[in-house]
Formats: sequence, C-alpha cells, structure tokens
Amino acid sequence: MHRTRVKVVEEALDANNTIAAANRADFDRADVTVVNLMSAPGAGKTTLLERVVGELAGVRVAVLEGDVQGSLDADRLASLHVPVTQINTDPCFGGECHLDANMVRSALPELALDEVDLLIVENVGNLVCPAEFAIGEDARVMVCSVTEGEDKPLKYPLMFRTCELVLINKIDLLPHLDFDLERLLYNIDQVHPDVARITLSARTGEGVDAWRDWLAAITVRQEAMA
Amino acid sequence: MHELSLSSAIINTAVRHADGRRVSVVSLRVGRLRQVVPETLDFYFEFVARGTLCEGARLEQEVVDARLRCQPCAREWGIDVPAFRCPTCGSGDVVVATGNEFLVESIEVEEAACIAPG
Repeated sequence: MHRTRVKVVEEALDANNTIAAANRADFDRADVTVVNLMSAPGAGKTTLLERVVGELAGVRVAVLEGDVQGSLDADRLASLHVPVTQINTDPCFGGECHLDANMVRSALPELALDEVDLLIVENVGNLVCPAEFAIGEDARVMVCSVTEGEDKPLKYPLMFRTCELVLINKIDLLPHLDFDLERLLYNIDQVHPDVARITLSARTGEGVDAWRDWLAAITVRQEAMA
Repeated sequence: MHELSLSSAIINTAVRHADGRRVSVVSLRVGRLRQVVPETLDFYFEFVARGTLCEGARLEQEVVDARLRCQPCAREWGIDVPAFRCPTCGSGDVVVATGNEFLVESIEVEEAACIAPG
C-alpha cells in the first residue's frame, strides 16, 4: 500500500454551481426572472410576499417555497391565487437548512415555467447557508428586520454581501425598540457598499410600494436582456 | 452551522476525484470571508465522511487572509473585520483579491501496490 497525492484544485461548491447554471438556462429559455428571497427565520419573508404577489400588474408570479417541514407558508400564499410549489428539505439530511440548486432543479417539472414571468424562491429561514448555494437566480434579496439588531451585517457579512437588495422590515416597531436605524444602515454600507435598500413595514404597508416596484422593474429588465 | 453543508460539498468533490480509492488526506484552501470555523468543519467532516471513501481521512485546512483591491484608486489592503469601503478614497467599488476561496487543492489516496517486489 502506498499513498499518492492527486491534484484537484476545484471549488468545493462547483457541483452546485453547475446545476445552478443548468437551472438558469432553463429559466432563461422560458423568460422567467428568478429572485432568491432570504432572511433569518421570522424576519417577514412570507408576509412581504403576501403584500406584493397579487399587486404586480401584468406580471405572472409564482412562488417556490422552501421549508424544512410543512406547508404553512405555501398555504398562506396559495390563498392569494398564486401558484405555489413547496419544497421540504427534510428528506435530504435530517432537514437541510437551505435550498440548493439540485432541490430547485427537482421542483422544476412541477413549475409551469411558460406561464410565469417572475418566480420568487422563498429560501429556508437562515442567514448562513443559503448565501453559499446558488440556485440559478437572477437576483438575491434579503430581509433584515429591525428586531434582529444593528450588528447583523457584521455577524453575517456573507449574506449581506451576496444580495442585490436589502429589505429592512418591521419599521413600524421602531418607536418600541432601542434600535438605531442609522447604525444598521451604516453597518450594511460597510459590509456591502452602495447596495440597494428599502425600509418598509409588511404590517402597515409603509414602503411596500417600493418593494413591489423593484420586483416589477427587475422582471422587465431581465426580459429586456433575454 | 453551514460547515455541515460545506463538509458534504468537500467530500463529494474528493470522492469524485478519488476514482474508487480510499482517501487519507483532503487539502483545502479556505478564505476568511467564507466564515468557516475550522474546528467545526473538522467535526462535521469526520461525521459526514463515515461510510464514504473519505472515512477516517484527515482534513488539512489552509486559511487564506482577506485582501481587497479598490478599483478607482488601486489600493490593496487586508481586512480582519467586514469593512469593504476603501480606507483611502472611500469608494465602495472594491473587489475581493483573496479571501473568497473554498477550494479542494488536492487529495491523498491509498493505492494497493501493483506487484509485490521479488
């Protein structure tokens, strides 16, 4: 028995990236814009979707819902008459904490891509792993709620750096919190200079128009490029 | 916690290159910006490797420091806190020169000796 060194020099996530590229090719062929929506659990992803999915005039929206277990979020969105496909991650490895490209790929046959302009993928609530795994999206959006603390960009820089838009949610709660919004905005700017940001409240609807307009604009932009 | 998912990615990469041989060492280059905790990665690696060609393999981790380069003023500097604006000109148009690596560099595999020497 002897030992041999084998040169590899390969990104460990290449396998995922290859599948993500295949997803992306399928989405492009069907002219579908894909947004990967990420946040910590409880930041308000589903409520922010409920606020806009029915309000995007002329844009056919579908949602791919990633959860470790259950279909509570999918049921909420389906009641808005938007096609929703559920992926549960728990058969994979005791419940994966994120969606990867292969899980999204396995859901593609259930999605009528030809009847969709904008696919929003609601990732599993988690500020760490989802940032590592591309799924074939056009854009990444994260939600950061003001109840989470100003320091979150410094603690989870990978997530804040990977997204094109940061939604700062639950601003209706600001009067009740010892929370420094300027500090949060400064920290976001340190970690991801010049990233687009929208402050809003899914509960009161303040700022939600800007979120809806952003989604409409990115759908048009991607279709123009296709 | 992402060390669990990353361990699977490392092991899948190593096994693909092992060509059926047992793996004794996996050498990895990890940039600081990947937020990987080396001890945690070691722990999960050993766990996820069970039942694969990497079972019992040692994970060698080389940590790569984060260095940024400012596009407008060409300054290059190292960071150990997540502050990505250029300290010289304040621009946010900055690229990561090093620190984003998550690379399986090489593996060491066990080969049975083909011919017993005389």
